[in-house]
Amino acid sequence: MSDIRLRKVRKRFGANEVIKGIDLDIEEGEFVVLVGPSGCGKSTLLNLVSGLETLSTGDIFIGKRKVNDVAPKDRDIAMVFQSYALYPTKSVEDNITFGMVTRHVPKEAREKALAEVSELLHIETLLTRKPGQLSGGQRQRVAMGRALVRNPDVFLFDEPLSNLDAKLRVEMRTEIKKLHQRLGKTVIYVTHDQIEAMSLASRIAVMDNGTIRQFAPPEAIYEEPVDLFVASFIGSPSMNLFKVRVVEKSGLRLEVTDEEGTIQFPVPVALAGSARAYLDRELYLGLRPETIGREGTQRPGRATFGFERMIDVVEPTGPDTLLVFTLGGIEAIARVHPEDKAPVDTRYRFEVNMDGAKLFDPETGKRLHPTVLKI
Amino acid sequence: MRERQVHGIVRPKNAASTALRLILFAVLGLFVLYYLMPLIVMVVTALKPLEEIRTGTLLSLPRDITFEPTLRAWNSACVGVRCEGLKPYVWNSIAMVIPAVVLSTMLGAINGYALTKWRFRGAAIIFGLMLFGAFIPFQVVLLPMARTLGAMGLAGTVPGLVLVHTVYGLAFTTLFFRNFFISVSDGIVQAAKVDGAGFFGIFFRIVLPMSPPAIVVTVIWQFTQIWNDFLFGIAFTVGDSNPVTVALNNLVASSTGVKEYNVDMSAAIIAAIPTLIVYVFAGKYFIRGLSAGAVKG
Repeated sequence: MSDIRLRKVRKRFGANEVIKGIDLDIEEGEFVVLVGPSGCGKSTLLNLVSGLETLSTGDIFIGKRKVNDVAPKDRDIAMVFQSYALYPTKSVEDNITFGMVTRHVPKEAREKALAEVSELLHIETLLTRKPGQLSGGQRQRVAMGRALVRNPDVFLFDEPLSNLDAKLRVEMRTEIKKLHQRLGKTVIYVTHDQIEAMSLASRIAVMDNGTIRQFAPPEAIYEEPVDLFVASFIGSPSMNLFKVRVVEKSGLRLEVTDEEGTIQFPVPVALAGSARAYLDRELYLGLRPETIGREGTQRPGRATFGFERMIDVVEPTGPDTLLVFTLGGIEAIARVHPEDKAPVDTRYRFEVNMDGAKLFDPETGKRLHPTVLKI
Repeated sequence: MRERQVHGIVRPKNAASTALRLILFAVLGLFVLYYLMPLIVMVVTALKPLEEIRTGTLLSLPRDITFEPTLRAWNSACVGVRCEGLKPYVWNSIAMVIPAVVLSTMLGAINGYALTKWRFRGAAIIFGLMLFGAFIPFQVVLLPMARTLGAMGLAGTVPGLVLVHTVYGLAFTTLFFRNFFISVSDGIVQAAKVDGAGFFGIFFRIVLPMSPPAIVVTVIWQFTQIWNDFLFGIAFTVGDSNPVTVALNNLVASSTGVKEYNVDMSAAIIAAIPTLIVYVFAGKYFIRGLSAGAVKG
């Protein structure tokens, strides 16, 4: 087993720099998810670790070993590709054992490994088939099997579930998590799906434009995003971000005005110290949809605040119903219990749990940190 | 008359459209006749005795079918001063076409693979230059090629001709394979790299087994081009090393006294048969290969 360390890693394609100096320490046995919008460099970063791309500058260590100039086959890694990348002319068995054949593993050892892996993944009955005769989920299993027989120190997954339908994706996600718990190997997993990232990772690296914005456990990424980018990227539906003005009216207030009137949110107690510096200036107020509900439904003991708005759209999702309303020119979403829904174009009394509110500096995008300072 | 159901084609049933279809089929029938006419004349003439050719018309069917002219064309007609028929020249052509097709196809496959799956600095420029090679007319390369063959000691030999066709064919074979491999997922090659296979390991064990559609297209193209070539054959070989196309020309030109049309026609058919065979046998795989390539991945 190995930890992975990236030091000042940069990658240029011609004049275009896609990885702009990344430092990352991944501990042994960790499940790290690289997540970000398309084109943020997450797949390139994975390919740098796998050795399928060469570094422009910087160093990569797997375990004690510096692997900058080590070929992919000698890095003790196994990889699962987005398109499965099965060899179309080979049977499932030959697909899985191809790596062992090129490494001259003796036949008995090959057969033993094949038997173990095919049992683990429930693909024993498929071994003689060609990839073209398999369903998407079965292909995915074979691709995983090909990685597993390698018994590597590090597993690399490049969007492995993005070609599956929604139901299968959830199943395979659970299965990958189980496999990781069982094998305890270091995993780097690339995805653009933030739900996949949240549910799988021990730590998430949120990437944007060739840099890592935040590297932290899923809960921290969700509850304490460092900036506007991370806050709006993680979470679905994403965080409501309102432009507000900090005013002093019987305590600090966050004021937002539109044609339906003015609303003055109270400043969360913990953030008051930081917010005071922005008096008479603007801030972004971030409210996750689940922190906005019907009046009287917030858990007791929370700092709540009520306001009224018209409902524009109602979107039932099953467990929750999304109410879309407009506030300060922004389309905002509240996630309410289905029983709390109301018809479109009626006035609705919302209640916000202000303890969950986040504030962001509009220029730097950074989140304001709580202070112990009392007002 | 009951209209026969044709699956999947919806068409209106009225007099105007029926008339249009009749006209369409009449025109198509004319085209068929036009294209088949030379073949009919060749076959009919080849099977007639000389007497019948002189008295009958061009299109009249043979009364006594004879294979004697065909046999003469094969092994005793005079090509120049040598009276052994086309047989030795057919062997020359086979000895030329097989290595030339195999070599140019293999090299084209490796080129296409390297250009698409191991992209290196300048790959696009190199491909552009090779593509340019496909547009160079035969005549342009005649003189430099003659000098090269002379310098290599291959002038006037079948191996020399093999070299010429291999080099000239590379532009086309590289183009065919490059266009095929560009559609093969890079992930497959990357997976094989992680699995520990090298440049040739991936080529022979992963990529080449996926390539029958491209191989069939390339082989048909190259075989037809090389077998039917006349200019390189007449320019770079002499007498005994002539390919069959050149020998056919000489055979037709060197008849003395009475013009033996039936022998000439037979010789022409003999020279054309191998390309026909390749189409008949490989054409099936050609179609199959195309559709297999279309639905894959």
